[in-house]
Amino acid sequence: MYWKIFLFVLMAFVSIAGITFPIVDKPSVWYEFPFIPGLGENAKIIFFHVPTAWLTVIAFLMSCIYGFRYLKNKNLNDDVKAYVANQLGIIFCILATVTGAVWAKFAWGAFWSWDPRQTSIFALLLIYGAWFALRSSIESEEKRATLSSVYSIIAFVTVPFFIFIMPRIMTGLHPGSADDETSGPIVNFKMNENMLLIFFLSLIAFTILYFWMWNIGYKSILIKEKLQKNIEVVRDSIFNG
Amino acid sequence: MITKSYSLFLKDIKSELRTRYAINALVMFILVAISVILFSIGNEKIQPELTAGLYWVVIFFSAMSGLSRAFVSEEEKGTTLTLQLIASPDTIFSGKLLFNLILTFFINVIITLIYAAFFEGFVINNFVLFLVTFIFGNIGLAISSTIIASIIAKAGSKGTLYPVLSFPVLLPLILTCVQLTIFCFDGTSFANALYELAIVVSYDGIMITVSYLLFDFIWKE
Repeated sequence: MYWKIFLFVLMAFVSIAGITFPIVDKPSVWYEFPFIPGLGENAKIIFFHVPTAWLTVIAFLMSCIYGFRYLKNKNLNDDVKAYVANQLGIIFCILATVTGAVWAKFAWGAFWSWDPRQTSIFALLLIYGAWFALRSSIESEEKRATLSSVYSIIAFVTVPFFIFIMPRIMTGLHPGSADDETSGPIVNFKMNENMLLIFFLSLIAFTILYFWMWNIGYKSILIKEKLQKNIEVVRDSIFNG
Repeated sequence: MITKSYSLFLKDIKSELRTRYAINALVMFILVAISVILFSIGNEKIQPELTAGLYWVVIFFSAMSGLSRAFVSEEEKGTTLTLQLIASPDTIFSGKLLFNLILTFFINVIITLIYAAFFEGFVINNFVLFLVTFIFGNIGLAISSTIIASIIAKAGSKGTLYPVLSFPVLLPLILTCVQLTIFCFDGTSFANALYELAIVVSYDGIMITVSYLLFDFIWKE
């Protein structure tokens, strides 16, 4: 119970601080953010956009880990866990894509310009879509669990190419790209302590939120399955006796 | 194991040459795809970048229309169980991979010849780089397509799902290969393209490791 209140306070603080704290040339008080050349006010999206992108990858990692565990133990609960993680992952992936595109409209002048990071997040969206398409095409539960676990692992090994290698070899517009001189690498140099603090608080808050949602999703599916089983038992007893 | 995979490969080749269904259909597919591109280009002069992109688009879709047969045909003919009895999963995968490798090289040599003949922008200034890109790109394409084909053969809807599942997995390879093909047109030196080549080679290495590790689970399903 207490951690829910803590999470609420944390999320509220991060949202208010992220949106309202002023950006000035030379920050002197604790609630002022530094001015980053080339970004300005646009820099504030880092408190909301980066956590969603981070959770997209975390969700994908979890579905890969639970897929691995399913292949090892053949326990269908692991498959349910992977399924819930992917459901949340696709939501956060869409959020990261949309917030990024809206930000790009203001920062770069176009919603979409095939920057390496945009390509990466688009590929992740495709992987999530393909994963759900594969699942919906298989009837048998065990077969579905095995094949989707295998596919998450195969897809996961390509993710480092998208996230870590492509943005560094291709020239891009995103802060932190290989040829970005005005504002990158943003996390290391240009943010001052206050900004870093709010950024990491935001990451922590979003991560807790994710695990909470994941837990609720997992439990609700288990309860649904149990109810389904009970209904079948009742139905059988009515028809048979 | 090697002799067994080789005899599996020979069996696939023989059954393919008996009907020539897949090869004929694939060659016609390539001709149709490239003529659609040529009609839409008309008399326009297209950039080398665009030529490189179109080249890999045709390669990708020909692979998607041809390479799934290796496993799907076993599943259709109902010979999967027999294969499971006589050979280990690794052997099966090696045999199928060998067949798909030969098929990939065959169709891509045809595509390259047609491109060289009909596209003005397709002028290779660094032939060694192109050869290395072609070889490692095709190996990667064959490996990923084979493992995804084995998933598809077990899943219900076979035709449409194949490119959907393969595309995200192949995307890093295709993007890097397009970049390397542009380098070949520009005449960039071999040393300057080493970083991109390293990506393609490591992609091949990673995919072949993962495929051999995971094929057991798919095959026994």
